[in-house]
Order: sequence, then structure tokens, then C-alpha cells
Amino acid sequence: MSDVKKFMYLNRRAPYGTIYAWESLEVVLIGAAFDQEVSLMFVDDGVFQLVKGSDTSESDMKNFTPTYRTLGDYGVRHMYVDKASLEARGLTQDDLIEVAWEDWETEEEVDNIVEILDSKEIAKKLEESDVVFSF
Amino acid sequence: MPIEANGKVFETDEEGYLANINEWEPAVAEAMAKEDDLELTDEHWDIINFLREYYEEYQIAPAVRVLTKAVGKKLGKEKGNSKYLYGLFPYGPGKQACRYAGLPKPTGCV
Repeated sequence: MSDVKKFMYLNRRAPYGTIYAWESLEVVLIGAAFDQEVSLMFVDDGVFQLVKGSDTSESDMKNFTPTYRTLGDYGVRHMYVDKASLEARGLTQDDLIEVAWEDWETEEEVDNIVEILDSKEIAKKLEESDVVFSF
Repeated sequence: MPIEANGKVFETDEEGYLANINEWEPAVAEAMAKEDDLELTDEHWDIINFLREYYEEYQIAPAVRVLTKAVGKKLGKEKGNSKYLYGLFPYGPGKQACRYAGLPKPTGCV
């Protein structure tokens, strides 16, 4: 369908301490239930949203990092991470969670939809999106 | 309204969902079902247990669409459709089964 809009959710903030990351995730969970093409992008401190092994037990916030791992089941096809943001924080792809995607009908599978892109590719993905939500 | 089960009182929110998921025990589901005049069968428990496992892993209650697909994959294709799930949980598999399982209301569910 050509009239399916491409939605990009741009995440730039650390997951805990403010409500932005959780709010963004909730909108994605709701939005993905409709026929939209949903992609997520993680830039600046937003890359911390995908760091595995987070422990929020000493904060007042629920640990929602595991929730990103079900996004493939919600039909999210792409999760892009900015390479420069990752490197500036001493992180690599090994530090990030993996998110699998599978087409239940065709059984087509992608082991991990989390993809690291350089700034040029990031800019291109943003340009290709019909709608960008920034959190 | 709080719900009584197994000789204990469990706090719920205004819509009847368990206030603290960690307090859940099977008797809570039985008590909630009894209030709805529903008898829980093994088929109901398959879904309730599935929801609890899903929540344990992902920390959210799944959307009905996701639940339907996942049930079909895990419990067999003939069960992965809304007709089957609504047959078990007439008030809606998302809302009713999640409530019995002690989960919060699914995100985006009105």
C-alpha cells in the first residue's frame, strides 16, 4: 500500500530520570497497532535506552528496557542507532539488546533489527520518513 | 474494589485490575472469574499463564493482535484467532485475561 505513512520515532534522551523514553515507547506500542510503517531511531543519550542489563531497582521507575525486545512482535521493522552517539559513550553493539522480527505468516525472520548507522545514513533515514516524532 | 481470595484481601484499581502484580496467585484469577460467572478451564489457564510469561519477559501486557499471533504460535494455529480467544474471554481477551492474570490493562486498550 502506497498510502501507508512512514513514521520515525526519534529518541534522544536517557531512559530513566524523565518520562520521555517511556512516553515514546507507549506511543510506538499504540501506533504500531495501526497500519503504519514504524521505525525507531536512537541518538545522543537516547542510545542508553537500548543498553542491556539495566537495573532500576533503586529508582522509582519500572525497568522497561525488556519491553523494546517485543517491538518486532508489534511490527516494528527498523531500530537505528547513531554510531557517533554510541562511540562517544564508550558503547558498542555488544552492549545493546537484540530485537528479533518475524513475519508470522511467511515465517520470514530477522534475528536483530537493531542497526548502527553513521550520521550520513541517519540523515538519509530521517529524510525518507513522512513523519518524525521527537522525544 | 478489593477482591477476596484464599482468605486474603487484594487491592485493585478502579477498573478491577490487581494493584500489585507481585501479589498475584491463582486463587485471584479464580475469584475474579467467579464474579464474572465464569469457570476457568485448562484452556483459560493456558492463556493466563501465557500472559504471565509474556509480562515476565517484556514487562508489558501485549496488545490483542500480538497476543493472538503469539498464542497461535505457541499453542497451535487453531487457537491463534480472536474467535477462539473471545470464546474463552467474552469481555475481551486483552482486558479480561490480563485482569485475571494480575497484569495491568494493556497499553492502548480503552
